[in-house]
Amino acid sequence: MIIFDSVTKNYPGGYVALDGINLEIAPGEMVVLSGHSGAGKSTLLKLIPAFERPSSGIVQINGQNVSSLSRRAIPYVRRNIGVVLQETRLLFDRSISDNILLPLVINGHPPGEAGRRVSAALERVGLAGREKEFPAGLSGGEQQRVAIARAFVNRPSILIADEPTAHLDPAYASEIAGLFGSFNEAGVTVLVATHDISLFRYWSPRQIILDHGRILTEQ
Amino acid sequence: MLNWLYLHFRAFVLALKRLGKQPFGTLLSALVMGIALALPAGGYVLLDNVSALARGVSGAPEISIFLNNDVDFAQIEAVRRNLENVPHLADFRFVSRDEALKQLEESGLGDVLGGIPANPLPDAFIVTLQSDDPELFEVLKAEMKDWPDVAHVQLDSAWVKRLAALLELARTMMLALSVLLGFALVIVTFNTVRLQILTQKNEIEVSRLLGATDRFIRRPFYWFGGLQGVLGGLIALGAVWGGIEALREPVAKVAEAYGVMISLSGPDWRESLALVGIAAALGWLGTAI
Ligand SMILES: Nc1ncnc2c1ncn2[C@@H]1O[C@H](COP(=O)(O)OP(=O)(O)OP(=O)(O)O)[C@@H](O)[C@H]1O
Ligand SMILES: [Mg+2]
Repeated sequence: MIIFDSVTKNYPGGYVALDGINLEIAPGEMVVLSGHSGAGKSTLLKLIPAFERPSSGIVQINGQNVSSLSRRAIPYVRRNIGVVLQETRLLFDRSISDNILLPLVINGHPPGEAGRRVSAALERVGLAGREKEFPAGLSGGEQQRVAIARAFVNRPSILIADEPTAHLDPAYASEIAGLFGSFNEAGVTVLVATHDISLFRYWSPRQIILDHGRILTEQ
Repeated sequence: MLNWLYLHFRAFVLALKRLGKQPFGTLLSALVMGIALALPAGGYVLLDNVSALARGVSGAPEISIFLNNDVDFAQIEAVRRNLENVPHLADFRFVSRDEALKQLEESGLGDVLGGIPANPLPDAFIVTLQSDDPELFEVLKAEMKDWPDVAHVQLDSAWVKRLAALLELARTMMLALSVLLGFALVIVTFNTVRLQILTQKNEIEVSRLLGATDRFIRRPFYWFGGLQGVLGGLIALGAVWGGIEALREPVAKVAEAYGVMISLSGPDWRESLALVGIAAALGWLGTAI
């Protein structure tokens, strides 16, 4: 369960990115977040793994108030949340498999099991056999898929993706949307920010439209 | 536990890779550390050798035990047995009153005693110690004075004290130098680690986003600093050994001219290990701040 309770977020300079957000997301739900550029989609998503802290209000995950967590406690919350950011943030000096391995190492998985999981994740995103290549040699869509593999390799119960299909041609885009659909079918709570809701129609997700930091409509 | 070891091993490998990625910078920092360490380390080795040298040139410091005038053979033997039980003794020899008189006459001072019919000189033991610690001399002197049949105990301790004081001063200065250079070392490591952190900024940020703890992120940097310290320590060790090798021949020549046997000795394996260990600890410390 993810709960936003009267959450506002002001960035330095006084800009109000989120303004009184109230929201409850049940486990296993699939939510698609849309809205104009600058509406606050990225900001809302970043509050969940505590990449950003709310200026006021409370963000709760499974009963835990992440907006007031100590610096020491935050890493353990993040390990249960898979995140794909707008910028893929891959490590370009590491091989594809090392990139995907990183969250498993951080989580302290033994090397053997971690290796098997990385192979399975690569298979899942259609990059099997390319583990030794480096991100720089991949297309934008392929890099996006590596970032997605890195987000779910740890089997998080919550998966967050910020415009994972931006800048992709339609074929790639629907393929990636399909990946998130299948994670959700496996029971993962999925939140996706996107400009293209139609990609996710097939899974009839809950739709939330943001406008200037407020929830405009919900269906 | 296994997992903890694995994480450290991984951090160790990562640190090695980062060191290897910029061999020039690594070598340069290691050289700076090496030189900074070689100065005090070389100084200590030199001091050790100077103490040995001083003993060799001036003869070992001595304690003279003068016995009462009327001792018989059994009483002398009792003192000898006492001496055999004293720790830290290097050697002792007995000088009989007749022998002493003969020596005096040979040195041309026999006339001084010319008017005295009986030999006024006492029997004596001359004792040399393994140590040049002035305190030990004082302790032994006090002890020996209470032995039966001992009239008087004399130290050539002024000389010992002076030498010990000089060496002590040199040691203190060397210690101050070590502390100073130790600081410099910590700062050098601090700086290289800081540069490392800057170049690894992206990786650190990404790791944080993926739920890495501070400890996880710091671990490779500790290894990095520590390994750099080890490298610096090894270079210092090489420099000290090199210096000793270079000095060995000229020193031997000088020693020969004075007719004494001197051979320079370098740090033994325990001192070497300590040097490298200290370097690693300093590197580690430079990372911690
Ligand atoms: N780190 C920041 N510092 C200052 N202002 C920020 C920061 N991040 C976002 N903002 C501002 O907050 C507002 C909301 O940004 P946010 O990125 O959440 O919007 P968005 O809905 O994700 O937009 P887009 O569709 O372009 O990604 C924007 O006006 C943006 O300029
Ligand atoms: Mg955004």
